[in-house]
Amino acid sequence: MTFDYQPAFTSASRKPRTSKRAHREAFVGWLYVLPALLMYAVFVLVPFLLTIIYSFHRWNGVGPMTWVGLKNYITVFQVPDLMGTIFHAFWLVVWFSFIPVGLGLVVASVINHVATGRFGEIARTVLFLPYVIALVAAGIIWGWLFSLSGLVNQFLSIIGLGSITRAWLGDFNWALSAVGIIGIWVLLGFCTVLLSTAISKVDPSLYEAARIDGSNWIREFFEITIPLLKQEIGVCLTVTVIFALATFDIVYVATAGGPGNATSVPGLQIYILAFAQRNIGLASALAVMLMILVVVIIIPIQRLNKETY
Amino acid sequence: MKIGRGEIFTGRTLLVVLMAFTILPFISIFFTALHPSGTVPGGLDWPVDPQWGNFVEAFKVANMNILIISSLRIVLMVVPIALIISTMAGFAIGMLRIPGSSLLLLLFVFGLTLPFQGIIIPIYTLERALHIYNTKFAIALPLIALYMPFSVFWMRAHFVNIPVEISDSARVDGATTWDLFRRIHLPLAQAPIASLGILMSIWTWNQFLLALVLIENPNQRTMAGALGAFQGHYATNVPLLCAGTIIILVPTLLVFVLFQRQIIKALLQGAVKG
Repeated sequence: MTFDYQPAFTSASRKPRTSKRAHREAFVGWLYVLPALLMYAVFVLVPFLLTIIYSFHRWNGVGPMTWVGLKNYITVFQVPDLMGTIFHAFWLVVWFSFIPVGLGLVVASVINHVATGRFGEIARTVLFLPYVIALVAAGIIWGWLFSLSGLVNQFLSIIGLGSITRAWLGDFNWALSAVGIIGIWVLLGFCTVLLSTAISKVDPSLYEAARIDGSNWIREFFEITIPLLKQEIGVCLTVTVIFALATFDIVYVATAGGPGNATSVPGLQIYILAFAQRNIGLASALAVMLMILVVVIIIPIQRLNKETY
Repeated sequence: MKIGRGEIFTGRTLLVVLMAFTILPFISIFFTALHPSGTVPGGLDWPVDPQWGNFVEAFKVANMNILIISSLRIVLMVVPIALIISTMAGFAIGMLRIPGSSLLLLLFVFGLTLPFQGIIIPIYTLERALHIYNTKFAIALPLIALYMPFSVFWMRAHFVNIPVEISDSARVDGATTWDLFRRIHLPLAQAPIASLGILMSIWTWNQFLLALVLIENPNQRTMAGALGAFQGHYATNVPLLCAGTIIILVPTLLVFVLFQRQIIKALLQGAVKG
């Protein structure tokens, strides 16, 4: 993986020391890392390895474990309801990631151009609010807004679209996209704030020069803003893609995966398989696939990040 | 810079529309929460006779007093421990630069890509085996561990930017590693530690999945975990559900408004450097 990190030893800080003292210092230094490392190992790294091991077994959580090889993975590929959760996750990436990042870029650039003062400050704060509340609360709020007598339908009736009103989260065709709207609501502020902080650091003379050359807002957006913000766009995409693929709280509360399996996502399916159906092996196989999916999608984004340098 | 009137108008209109999209859901549940319990009002109807008592009612039926104490207890267990051990680890990796520190950092960063659901099953089986399932440590211990990738990364980012000369000159004066940490670097790290603490408090308050899986009794869960259970019982009583939701999200909104700068800075730097 190509995350940023500095080499551990910068030559400037490294002075020749007697090896005995260096050993002692290294030992003491490791003592400082130990508590964090221990907690991390026991409750994150070991579970990570156990998930992989479970995924090759059939197990109900209490009885004996039976080795089944790749059978659980094959099952995930064969059962449409399980594979479907992964397709749903991809569809949510569009709503949770592409739209907030794209719209966030536009909003950030608007704030930087026409609302640099107090108004822009307030807009940033307001848009950020949904990101700090519990996702469960976001799910409950939108569960109500999308209901038959909720705000969404009320609004549609006012603007003359009364004929299309429905219980959005109960509609087979629309439920997943409605969940996507919740994602936009939660993540737009995060992307906006991150990107507008980045834009404010771009040298204003670049925009000035473009203006003198007769450039308009749209050209500036594509020729200055986007290329210079590549790295931050990469960060936004990384955070929101992980968020999208790992959605659980919102779906659990707003739709519980329904109607049918229309909004079932990997996170929810793992929970149901493991804790309701006691099929630990299959749940773990799906969990491993989810983790692989996250890495497979993030690596190209990180590459894109690196090209800036 | 010259900007056309049209641009200003279009831009500001867009901002106002998006702010409305963000704010209206909050207003909708607030209005709804004031309608008589058990009714199904419209999305933005101001009630004829506002039922402020709904908040009291929701507070009572959801056992909020017990919940607030149990949530605070979890926060008070998780945040200080996580802060101490991640600061120490960040200090060792970023400042002492112990042998293997780049590998250690990579190991912690790897955790940033792990979705909670990927490891929740073994956490559950592990807790059963260690007899901490369904105890007051059930949420706290894994949560501390799950915060380690972000917080070690964040604290290391602070320490790596502090000039080594500060440590070196203290060393010359005979300071031990502990003196360095306790007397020099800990006071210098107050700001990033505070931001991290605020962030982790909000995350803990909002934690849902761990609470749902690892604690059977909703009254011992975090606020968000309890809200999930509350929704199960009162799904049909919309005003009461909205009142309960408001009670749970107001503390996080307050903390955010009070500590906006630190929170945004922490989130952004943590993200950008990640």
